[in-house]
Amino acid sequence: MTAPDLPRISLLGTTAILFEAPGTFDLPHQRRIWALAAMASKWPGVREAIPGITNLMLTFETPPRAVDSLVSALNDGWDAAQELAIEGRDIELPVTYGGEIGSSLQTVADHTGLSVDDVASIHAAPLYTVFALGSHPGYCYLGGMDPRIAIPRRQTPLQRCEGGSVSIGGSQTGVSASPGPSGWHAIGHTTWTFFDPSWPVPAALAPGDTVRFKVDRVIR
Amino acid sequence: MIEILSVLGPASVQDLGRFDQYRFGVGTSGAMDDIALRAGNILLANDENAAGIEIPMTPFKLRFGRDTAFALTGADAGADLGGRAIPPWWRSQARAGDVLSLKAMTRGARSYLTVGGGIDVPVVLGSRSTQLRGQLGGLHGRSLQPGDVLPCTAPDSSACIGELGTEPADIALARPNAPAGVTVVRVVIAGEYDMYDGVAQDLFWRSDWKVTPQSNRYGYRLQGPAVMPISPVEKRSHGIVPGVVQIPPNGQPIIQMRDAQTSGGYPKIATVIEADLWRIGQAGLGGKLRFEQTLYPDALAAQDEVSAYLDKLRVNVRRLEELRRCR
Repeated sequence: MTAPDLPRISLLGTTAILFEAPGTFDLPHQRRIWALAAMASKWPGVREAIPGITNLMLTFETPPRAVDSLVSALNDGWDAAQELAIEGRDIELPVTYGGEIGSSLQTVADHTGLSVDDVASIHAAPLYTVFALGSHPGYCYLGGMDPRIAIPRRQTPLQRCEGGSVSIGGSQTGVSASPGPSGWHAIGHTTWTFFDPSWPVPAALAPGDTVRFKVDRVIR
Repeated sequence: MIEILSVLGPASVQDLGRFDQYRFGVGTSGAMDDIALRAGNILLANDENAAGIEIPMTPFKLRFGRDTAFALTGADAGADLGGRAIPPWWRSQARAGDVLSLKAMTRGARSYLTVGGGIDVPVVLGSRSTQLRGQLGGLHGRSLQPGDVLPCTAPDSSACIGELGTEPADIALARPNAPAGVTVVRVVIAGEYDMYDGVAQDLFWRSDWKVTPQSNRYGYRLQGPAVMPISPVEKRSHGIVPGVVQIPPNGQPIIQMRDAQTSGGYPKIATVIEADLWRIGQAGLGGKLRFEQTLYPDALAAQDEVSAYLDKLRVNVRRLEELRRCR
């Protein structure tokens, strides 16, 4: 087993390699991931460097014959990585908490021992930073959620979750950009276009952008 | 052009996939059986990445709008062209107005129709593959419906048109000692393998996993004994790729497939190697799957074996065409 203060590096078959940074889920660590991604995207044989939440996946152009040098490069790169601050755009998203789409608002309230109004206001309080894009086209993982409203992912993922769903999974939150399967708990919804393949850059948001939620209404 | 006359289930236009859009959350899509798609394109002297139609269910029927060379690869679907039986893994020639009908799948789970020149839908973000979640690529980003008309690129006029077949990949690349009725796929262990004790790991390796009806292009949800970690694992979201085998808290594995999300947080016990992913694409609902552990270098060797099969096909097709031209 890897010691908790060392990075974890593991293979995803012959398609990709995953680097998981040690330490907490916070912006300083994420900024170092962005720096490592910028570095690694230029390495030969790397197709794409994709930041996750305090982790980084490298997909292979062609799988390397041996991965040792890539493992060393990732470890050295992490040690050298300085915090990369990205100045992005800021957006505000009005949210309807609860209701049919946000039907897990009550589940989160029950799990945390808070009222539904408290869950909504605690969720809408912080200024969130887009840590990474992933899951489905245009989806943003947001950092900065108050740990008081954290809830484990679903035991069994849902086959379909609506587009615009504002959800919590573990200590993370985000907004579904389109309908699809999900293992998270939807507590509300918003209407905004996160993705359009005809745009020069297809995703509206990028790592470093910030999002603030506004409580439009709470349906109990 | 091609007109879809009848279709059951989510048939879609697919090429090999969209491989460099992960940073926008866009997964690869692409043919569930990439070898079948490549082989069809090789038979037609197409670019191997030319788009074809992935057909997961029968009956399926279409009409050719003009004389068209086509190939059928992947699942054996009991095809006939205007009443004439077309063998599996076969290239043939349709005349304008001919109706191609796929009646019933007897072996495999997905058939691929490729046409000389390829299906000419617009390239979106670098690929013609249908991305159902993002509603992009393919024909209007969705599955095919009766009445749909698919344009085809005009084929190279020197291209071949005669009948020609090849050995199906599931025979040429059959796994030794695979029990009858069980699809065996090789996997490399993944990041959270050690978070399962020996008993749980054994269950994972030794079970025949049932492919549940909730299995599709997004993922294959399997059913069997619950594989439980030593203690609950809740991970931060990270990138995942087709082939990753996740174990959600219910202990029932999910294999991520071509339309999978680009990231996830459930623990990963293993990853199906790229060289075997097509075998899952050909495993039907209710079928049985077994996992076999392999090491990274052997996974690369397996990929080389796939390349050798395709190289041989390419060489044979080229030789045959040269012979015909000499006459």
